[in-house]
Amino acid sequence: MNSAAPMNPGPRMNPAAPMNPALPVTPAPPPVLVLGQVTKVYGEGETAVRALRGVSLTAERGDYVAIMGASGSGKSTLMNIIGCLDVPSGGTYHLDGTDVGALDERRLAIVRNRKVGFVFQSFNLIPRMSALANVELPLAYGGVHAAERRRRALAALDRVGLADRVHHQPNELSGGQQQRVAVARALVTAPTLLLADEPTGALDSTSSGDIMNIFDRLSASGRTLVLITHEEEVAAHAKRVVRLMDGRIVDDVRTTPVGGPPPRLAEVAS
Amino acid sequence: MNAAEVLRFALRGLAANKMRSSLTMLGILIGVAAVILLVAVGEGSSQQIQQNIQRLGANSLTVTPSTSGGGGGPGGVAARLLGGGGGGGAGGGQGARQNTGPRTQARDLTLDDARALADPANAPSVKSVSPVVTAQSQTATYEGASHAIGQFVGTYPSYFETSNKPVVKGAYFYNDDVLAARKVVVIGHTVAEDLFGAVDPVGRQITVSGVPFTVVGVLKEAGSSGFQDADDLAIAPLPAVQQSLTGFGPLGQILVQARSAETVDAAQSEIAGVLDQRHGITNAAGADYRILNQATLQETVSAATATFTVLLGAVAAISLLVGGIGITNIMLVTVTERTREIGIRKAIGAPRGAILGQFLAEATMLSLVGGLLGVLIAVVGAQFTIAGVRPVIVPASIALALGVSVAIGLFFGSYPANRAAGLRPIEALRFE
Repeated sequence: MNSAAPMNPGPRMNPAAPMNPALPVTPAPPPVLVLGQVTKVYGEGETAVRALRGVSLTAERGDYVAIMGASGSGKSTLMNIIGCLDVPSGGTYHLDGTDVGALDERRLAIVRNRKVGFVFQSFNLIPRMSALANVELPLAYGGVHAAERRRRALAALDRVGLADRVHHQPNELSGGQQQRVAVARALVTAPTLLLADEPTGALDSTSSGDIMNIFDRLSASGRTLVLITHEEEVAAHAKRVVRLMDGRIVDDVRTTPVGGPPPRLAEVAS
Repeated sequence: MNAAEVLRFALRGLAANKMRSSLTMLGILIGVAAVILLVAVGEGSSQQIQQNIQRLGANSLTVTPSTSGGGGGPGGVAARLLGGGGGGGAGGGQGARQNTGPRTQARDLTLDDARALADPANAPSVKSVSPVVTAQSQTATYEGASHAIGQFVGTYPSYFETSNKPVVKGAYFYNDDVLAARKVVVIGHTVAEDLFGAVDPVGRQITVSGVPFTVVGVLKEAGSSGFQDADDLAIAPLPAVQQSLTGFGPLGQILVQARSAETVDAAQSEIAGVLDQRHGITNAAGADYRILNQATLQETVSAATATFTVLLGAVAAISLLVGGIGITNIMLVTVTERTREIGIRKAIGAPRGAILGQFLAEATMLSLVGGLLGVLIAVVGAQFTIAGVRPVIVPASIALALGVSVAIGLFFGSYPANRAAGLRPIEALRFE
C-alpha cells in the first residue's frame, strides 16, 4: 500500500524514512501527531471566541485515539487543525515530522492528499460520481495513473466490503454503505493518519458497528487513527481517550498500549 | 491530474446540469452563429454588388455630366449602386443635374460630344459610344393594364452590348430605327410581366405618357437585387424618347465601350482629352464631366461594403459578448452551488490548480461546444438566401468566432474558477 510518491511533500527528504508505519524500523520514526500549545481564536476584539486554549497532544504511530467532548468543547476545531483544513492561531503542529504551519497552500494540499485520510459525519461523497470514482478521486489528485488508481480503489472498496457496489452512485447506497465508501476513499492513499469526525453520527447501530469494526481492523493492521466523537460507545473502541472541555484537554486515559490490538477487536470479530 | 482527467471532470460537471449547460451554450451559439452569418451576409452582398457592377458591361466607361468640379468623386454613384444594383448607369443623369451649380461655364454632354468620341481618329481605343437619356417613372399602359416604368432609356443599339443587356424574346432595335426615330421599345422582364402577363408582348403596342410605342423585344431577366429592380426598364431609340418624353436637352450620360480590357484606361484618357478640348477645360479639377471606370467603381464599392460588413460583425460580436457574460453568470451559480463539493475535493487533497482547471475547463467547454454548434448553424443557415442576399461564408470569420468563443470561456470563466480555487476548505465544507 505504499503510495508512489513522485512529489515529496514537506521538508522530510530522508529517503530512508519509512513509508509503512507497520514495519519496525530504526531510527525511530517521528510521532504521527505532535500538537504544541495549539490555540485557535475566532473573530477579534470583544467578540473573539477562544475555541482552543492551548492543546498539547502527541500520538505515536499505530495509536488509536478518541477525542471526546461536548458540543462547543473545541473538538471540531481541533479536528480541522489536525486535518490541515484550518490553521491554528498559535502553537505548533507537526504531522509526521512536517511542520504544517510553515507550509504554503500548494504543499498543504499535498499533505492533505498524502498524509491525511478524512471520514466525515455526513459522508461527503461527491454526488453523481460512482463509488469507484469517489474512491479514485484522491489518487487522481495525487497523480496516480489510471490503471494503478483503479486497482487500488477496487482494493480499498474490497477492504470495506463494497466490492459489489463499485458502480453505484452515492444516492443509490445506504448511509452505512456511503460511509464505508468514504472510509475506502480515506484509506486509498495509504495516509499516515486516518481522521474520523463523528463517523457514526449519522448511522444506525448496525451500520455504526460495521464502521467501528472496520476501524478496529485498520488499527490492528497498524494504522494510526484519530476519532472525534461524543459517544462513549464509540470511544470505547479506542486505545486512548482524550477529553476536551472549553478548549483544553481535561483527561487523557490510555486503555490499551500503542503496540497492542484495539480493545474491542476480539469482541467484534467474535 | 492530466489534461484528460480535468476534461473528464469538467464534462461530468456540465452533464450534471444539462438544461443549464445547454441554455448557456445557446448564448454562445447565437453569438458565434450571428458573427459568422452576418459577416457572410455582408460578404455575399458585397460579391453581389461586384457582380452588378460587372453586369454594367465589360470594359465599359460611363461619362456623366458633373457640375461639382470633380470634387464629388465616384462615391455618389457608388452609393446609388449599393442600393440600386443592376439598375444601370442610366440613373446618373438626373442625379448629376440636380446639383447644377452656379458655374456658368459648365457644359452639358451633347450628342456632338458623343459623335466626337465615336470618331476613331480622336479616340482609337473606343469601340462604341451610346448616348443615353433617361426618363424616370413613365407610366405605360396596355389594354387597361398600367405600370410605371422605373427607367425609360433612350439610346443607340450599341447600348445593349455595352451595358450587357441581352434580349430573350423578339429583337433589339437597329440603327435604322434610331435614324427614323421609330417608336419601338425593348422592355425589361418586370415591365413585360406587369403589362402583359402571359401574353407575348412582342409586336404589341404600349402607350407611354400618351405616346404609342411598339414592343420589339424583351430583355433577359437580370434578377432583382438590392432595393431597385434591375428589370424595371424600357429601352427605346434615342430620338424617339427625346421627341416624346425628355425633349432634346442634354444627354444624361454617354456609355462608352473600350475595345478590350487592356485599353479601358487608354480609352478613359482619350475620352478625357476629347471632352477637355470640346468643353474648353484646362485643368483636371475644373472638369464638367466625370468618367466612371468600372475598376474604380469596384474599389470604391469594396471599401463601402467592407465598412458594412464590419458593422454587421460588430453587432454580432456584441451578442457574443452577452453570451460570454452568461457564462460568467452560470459559472458563478455553479461555483456557489458546488461550494461543498469544492470543499470535499480540497479536503481530500485537490490542489488549487486542479479546481481552477476544472472550472476553467467547464467554462471553456461550454463556450467551445456552443461555438462549434454555432458554426454548424451558421454553415447551415448560409445555404439559405437571407434578405435577398446569398451569404458567402468567410473562413476567417469561423476561425475568429471560434477563437473568440474559447477566449471568452477562458476569460469569463476565470473569475468564477478563481473564486472556486480560492475557497478555504474549512469554509467550503461548512457551506450548506
